[in-house]
Amino acid sequence: MSDALSDAAKLPARGALYPTGVPVALRLAVPWIALAVLFAVLPAIFASGTSLTMLSLMGIMIVFALSYNMLLGETGLLSFGHAVYYGLGGFLTVHVMNAVIADRLPVPLPLLPLVGALGGLFFGIVFGSVSTRRAGTAFAMISLGLGELVASSSLILRGFFGGEEGVSTNRTKLLHVFGLNFGPQIEVYYLIAAWCLLCMLAMYALRCTPFGRMCNAVRENPERVQFVGYNPGMVRFIAFSLAGLFAGVAGALAAINFELVNSSAVGAEQSGLVLLAAYIGGTGNFLGPVIGAILVTWLEGMLSDVTEVWQLYFGLLFIGVVMFAPQGIAGLLMMHEPLWHAGAYRSMLRLALTYLLALVPGLGLIAGLILVIEMTYHISVKASEGPTVSVFHVALNTVSVAPWAAAAVLIAGGFVLFRLTWPLVGAAWHDASLRAHSAGRGK
Amino acid sequence: MTAPAIELVDVHKNFGATKIIRGVSLSVPTGERHAVIGPNGAGKSTLFNLISGRLTPSSGAVRLNGEDITGLPPYEINRRGLCRSFQVTNIFPRLSVWENVRCAVLWSLGYKYAFWRGIDALADVRERTETILKAIDLIDRRRVQAGVLAYAEQRALEIGITVAGGAKIILLDEPSAGMSAAEAARAVALIRKVSEGRTLIMIEHDMDVVFDLADRISVLVYGEIIASDLPAKIKQDSAVQTAYLGTAA
Repeated sequence: MSDALSDAAKLPARGALYPTGVPVALRLAVPWIALAVLFAVLPAIFASGTSLTMLSLMGIMIVFALSYNMLLGETGLLSFGHAVYYGLGGFLTVHVMNAVIADRLPVPLPLLPLVGALGGLFFGIVFGSVSTRRAGTAFAMISLGLGELVASSSLILRGFFGGEEGVSTNRTKLLHVFGLNFGPQIEVYYLIAAWCLLCMLAMYALRCTPFGRMCNAVRENPERVQFVGYNPGMVRFIAFSLAGLFAGVAGALAAINFELVNSSAVGAEQSGLVLLAAYIGGTGNFLGPVIGAILVTWLEGMLSDVTEVWQLYFGLLFIGVVMFAPQGIAGLLMMHEPLWHAGAYRSMLRLALTYLLALVPGLGLIAGLILVIEMTYHISVKASEGPTVSVFHVALNTVSVAPWAAAAVLIAGGFVLFRLTWPLVGAAWHDASLRAHSAGRGK
Repeated sequence: MTAPAIELVDVHKNFGATKIIRGVSLSVPTGERHAVIGPNGAGKSTLFNLISGRLTPSSGAVRLNGEDITGLPPYEINRRGLCRSFQVTNIFPRLSVWENVRCAVLWSLGYKYAFWRGIDALADVRERTETILKAIDLIDRRRVQAGVLAYAEQRALEIGITVAGGAKIILLDEPSAGMSAAEAARAVALIRKVSEGRTLIMIEHDMDVVFDLADRISVLVYGEIIASDLPAKIKQDSAVQTAYLGTAA
């Protein structure tokens, strides 16, 4: 929603943020240059091997989640099988890589994501021509069916999918340019970062084209689109094909990163993951899937180290977002944009304080839930390892009453206090939006 | 002699066993303002759906400037120069007013599915959008989300989206429905302005609006046109009076 408004607002010069006289092209370029600089310096800040791997995975997931949002957020197509284009792009890439290595062709590694792009585009066109004739539930069901079709054929067509172990490759054996052999992770990170930036730029630019705008129109009201000359099926088909292209790039980057692709890349779990990433981040804003991709990748990496039931927390997070913040994290942030725009900074500060006030019991409630989940998991699955479990670096005896009582107090107390403090947030919000509104009137 | 803008030849439409349109033949010459009146459930909106491609006739033919368009999808008919509005407001609710109108001008200016050029740089698109927004008096509301506009504003936007593509044949389905007298008067002025030099077919219940605007009136009762004539003649037609206008009229 805020997107549509800010774009329309471009009609008169928006000014304010930039001194007048700065060329439009430069103005548009500033955020992207900043992003490029950020990508360049990130490895200096997060220098460890694990961080570098995680940053690489985040870059891949950003491309994947943004490509998914071309469907869900932009065109209103709920796909349950987007991993098909990611995985097939990845498989094509490893096969081409291995062919390049075998025949000693003069092709450098950084160009290989183009193979993934073409593969994703090809399968996007093929499967899209079938599935985009319908929208809504029919489209979702067809996407699920196609996903299952490809996932099951990955176990049948062993020559292409490599059976259970998948297809491996060696990214260092390709033509070396500028002395880069892409052995070290840092070199792969920069390769991924460059492609990620390129794809983000391309997908952002797509939104600002006649086609991109008609995607939004098809999402909003496909029937009316037909009466202004457009075939909504064709809009969906092009969106689907292009989303396949970018998913293919993500799959190729993953293939390069892992030097391995197996059938899980085309599977339902991968399709589900990208849906979660886009949704949790927020589908209504370009940055939503980016935020979601970063968060989901981080959670996947960190939570799986900390707890064995990390998927449970993941599911709870998703349910929480669907129930309490259907616009996603980006949507929550963008809710505050009108306040910021109106310059209601003092109201925002008060609002932030009430957030903190409600956050404390909220965290208590969550901590209590985590205690219960971890202790329950321990006594039901790992009882043979003894009664002691370590949660938040505290050793807890699961057969004594104290930790359970503590968890109960945290949950009950957190809940009651949260219910008491939450109205303060509501009141502060009401007050802030009133002020912002009157400030907007005054202008 | 040139072909009529719209010509219906013995058009029938059945929903299952129910006959909604029972043999309608109608010819609207280019440049005419034509009103379709009739009691509720007579099939007026169905008739519009048949002309604009939202529904396909069970039998009969629809011709647009002499070309047979029977069974074509709505976007093909729109590209041939026919646009329509809806009785129940049919806009893009979560897009801004500006975006609503801009979406409606793109095809007619030849941009089709272009995904290789920036939309904000297209001067002709911007100018046409501005012109339409000024004509429907919503230029100051362009940044507002269409879904939060007042009812009369949404009706104006509905007409704006309809005419934005510059189609020569305009179908308006109850453009003044639910409006106050003052709003209806503004709507009439707007319709007069946007239909200048074009062919207009309009479904309308407000008889003041009908007799104010129409060159010719067709009366549709139970899926059949019982009269099609000049407004003055329609007023005096006894069949029309008993069927629709009531004896008091």
